[in-house]
Amino acid sequence: MRNLIQLIFLVLLPVAVLGILIYDIQNLPGYNNLPELQEQYSVKKHRVIDHTRFEELKGPFPDAHAITTACLKCHVERGEEMLNSFHFMWEKEEYIEGRGVVYFGKKNALNNFCTGIAGSERTCNRCHAGYGYGHKHFDFSDPTNIDCLVCHDNSNVYEKARGQAGYPVEGIDYQKVFASLSSPKKINCSGCHFHSAGGNNVKHGDLESALLVSGRDVDVHMGKDGMDMECVDCHTAENHVMKGRYYGLSSTNQRRALCEDCHTAYPHKDDLVNEHTLKVSCKTCHIPTYAKVNPTKMSWDWSTATTQLENGQAISIYNPDGEQIYFTDKGTFTWQKDAVPEYAWFNGTADHHLLTDSIIHNPVKINTLFGNYKDPDSKIIPVKVHRGKQPYDLVHNRILQAKLWDPEKGQGGLWVDYDWDAALRAGMDYLELPFSGQYGFVETEMYLPVSHMVSPASEALTCKDCHTRNNGRLAGLTDFYMPGRDRNRGVDAFGKIIILASFLGVIIHAITRIIILRK
Amino acid sequence: MAQRKVYIYRLFERIWHWTQALLIFFLIFTGFEIHSSYNAIGFENAVRYHNVAAISLIILIIFAIFWHFTTGEWKQYIPTSKNLKAQVDYYITGIFKNAPHPTRKTTLTKLNPLQRLVYLGLKVFIIPLMVITGLLYLYYRYPFKGTVVSLGFSNLETIAVLHTLGAFLMVAFVVAHLYLITTGTTPASNLKAMITGYEELEGENEEELQKSDNEEIL
Repeated sequence: MRNLIQLIFLVLLPVAVLGILIYDIQNLPGYNNLPELQEQYSVKKHRVIDHTRFEELKGPFPDAHAITTACLKCHVERGEEMLNSFHFMWEKEEYIEGRGVVYFGKKNALNNFCTGIAGSERTCNRCHAGYGYGHKHFDFSDPTNIDCLVCHDNSNVYEKARGQAGYPVEGIDYQKVFASLSSPKKINCSGCHFHSAGGNNVKHGDLESALLVSGRDVDVHMGKDGMDMECVDCHTAENHVMKGRYYGLSSTNQRRALCEDCHTAYPHKDDLVNEHTLKVSCKTCHIPTYAKVNPTKMSWDWSTATTQLENGQAISIYNPDGEQIYFTDKGTFTWQKDAVPEYAWFNGTADHHLLTDSIIHNPVKINTLFGNYKDPDSKIIPVKVHRGKQPYDLVHNRILQAKLWDPEKGQGGLWVDYDWDAALRAGMDYLELPFSGQYGFVETEMYLPVSHMVSPASEALTCKDCHTRNNGRLAGLTDFYMPGRDRNRGVDAFGKIIILASFLGVIIHAITRIIILRK
Repeated sequence: MAQRKVYIYRLFERIWHWTQALLIFFLIFTGFEIHSSYNAIGFENAVRYHNVAAISLIILIIFAIFWHFTTGEWKQYIPTSKNLKAQVDYYITGIFKNAPHPTRKTTLTKLNPLQRLVYLGLKVFIIPLMVITGLLYLYYRYPFKGTVVSLGFSNLETIAVLHTLGAFLMVAFVVAHLYLITTGTTPASNLKAMITGYEELEGENEEELQKSDNEEIL
């Protein structure tokens, strides 16, 4: 017996060693350039020059446009660049499968939060990188309409006023602003991108003011105790056009800011993991949850808006967690913190529901992310799915856009007059689109890819999060076979039967043998 | 008839057999964890060790094929219908009556007609099925020189389901095989033979034992 054990080890060992060697040799570790990246991004961009020394900026300035004029005196080409950038145009010329070339952007987009800017520009367009976009006849060709400071002020002194179509507040100490001018910092982007849809983290869930102060545990790139990277480190700009897409507005697979741009396509030590990158986006495993610090809005039901008023005044209702669950202006909401994303195939192209589209599906997909398993360009990405209820025309079967705000009463602003009928009429009139006068509310869904709040590698998902029979993270994606999750029920049943049959056969045979031979 | 101790399983044969047995047990154990039949060592470990064991087994199989052909031992697996029915009858009825084995084991015919058929099936059907689907499973998409090389399968499903089917058949084989070990001259004699190489066989003398029941096909 001892001999045999020795013998087995004589063969098993070499064979196993060979097996491990071959397994190891054929395991081609990816290219890990992390040390280089760390070196590159640890060098911070500092202010190049103190602009207060320039005669042009001594002032005084009669209005904000005059400041832009002063900027453009030296930065001659930049005005033209900005006029062609999406931060200013609020529109892209893009091809959408099935539609052709479409002019689409914040200018005319429908979203699942405040629904759209039509008629409410004076308040919504506080976030436009310009001055005076308070109506649809705004001049997009005048470079003095550009707001340079909102992005380039590093002093945090500059501020845009509420309800003033992008104009700044009164009483800004512009010399302080000019002294700080530099490339945009997180704080510049945060004003609009962290507070979109009316409050911190409401819209995206992965972009919020906690990113200005939190550590690597919340976002491994922007963490204060980490590389403390700026937005523009990844969202690099060429001629003032930034890299990175938001598929609530974008439609094509171009100019995307991808993890692979820095980290290479196969950065893992293990090819088993690298292989996954063919079909799984980095984000899927490396963003296990989003809205890690503050909650994000998961649903927004407009149908209850205006229904509860106290003495003609709007009311707010909060849940015990301090989340606003009802607001007369806007309706009913649900929130989620540390939310687990849903997952979708995505190839970088998307479609959008236009106000002129008929409602075909319920819920209405405000945007559609294209992709599937068979498409070689598609990868699984994490998505925040925001569900809502929006007004629609019962006769024309189209989504309706209400005018939400006006500085004055009686102009149809929903948040001023609390009258749906008037607000819808004003909104659709403004858009020059038909409204039958009969409206209802229809369920809607919007798909927001989650791209930020990347966790440290140690927090990444593990095999079993997806490779599990039931309730795995990818349980909803059923157009492919995944080991550990899927099986062929017929083969499994057959397998169980033959194993059971062989056991039964053996047991019966053995018992019979024992009984008979004993006699 | 005289009982004589005969050297029936050669050294390589025994080592091959037991190494293969261990690897197959291990592959079944890790494989069904990957199939989510149970949780034992963790999915990631199961995949990793399954792959190493699979490559090891393939190396062993290559050695074994070489050995079978150089020694001519492959002829042991040529199927025969002679005594096949008698062998089946023996397992169904004869064994309960203490009837003698219908075929005699010699160094030239180690396998009875039923074993020949089953082992041949294992060698030409189940093992190739497992090796081919296993290799495709491992390499149908594979990182190579900074990119991922793909064999262009649109879906893993067919490969995976065939691999699972083979695994079930393998388990059923192992169950039956383990039991049939006990049906030798004594319940332990077959096991002993595979361990020591020697088995007590019936025969007048060495020459007789070397003779085959199926000389015509040898």
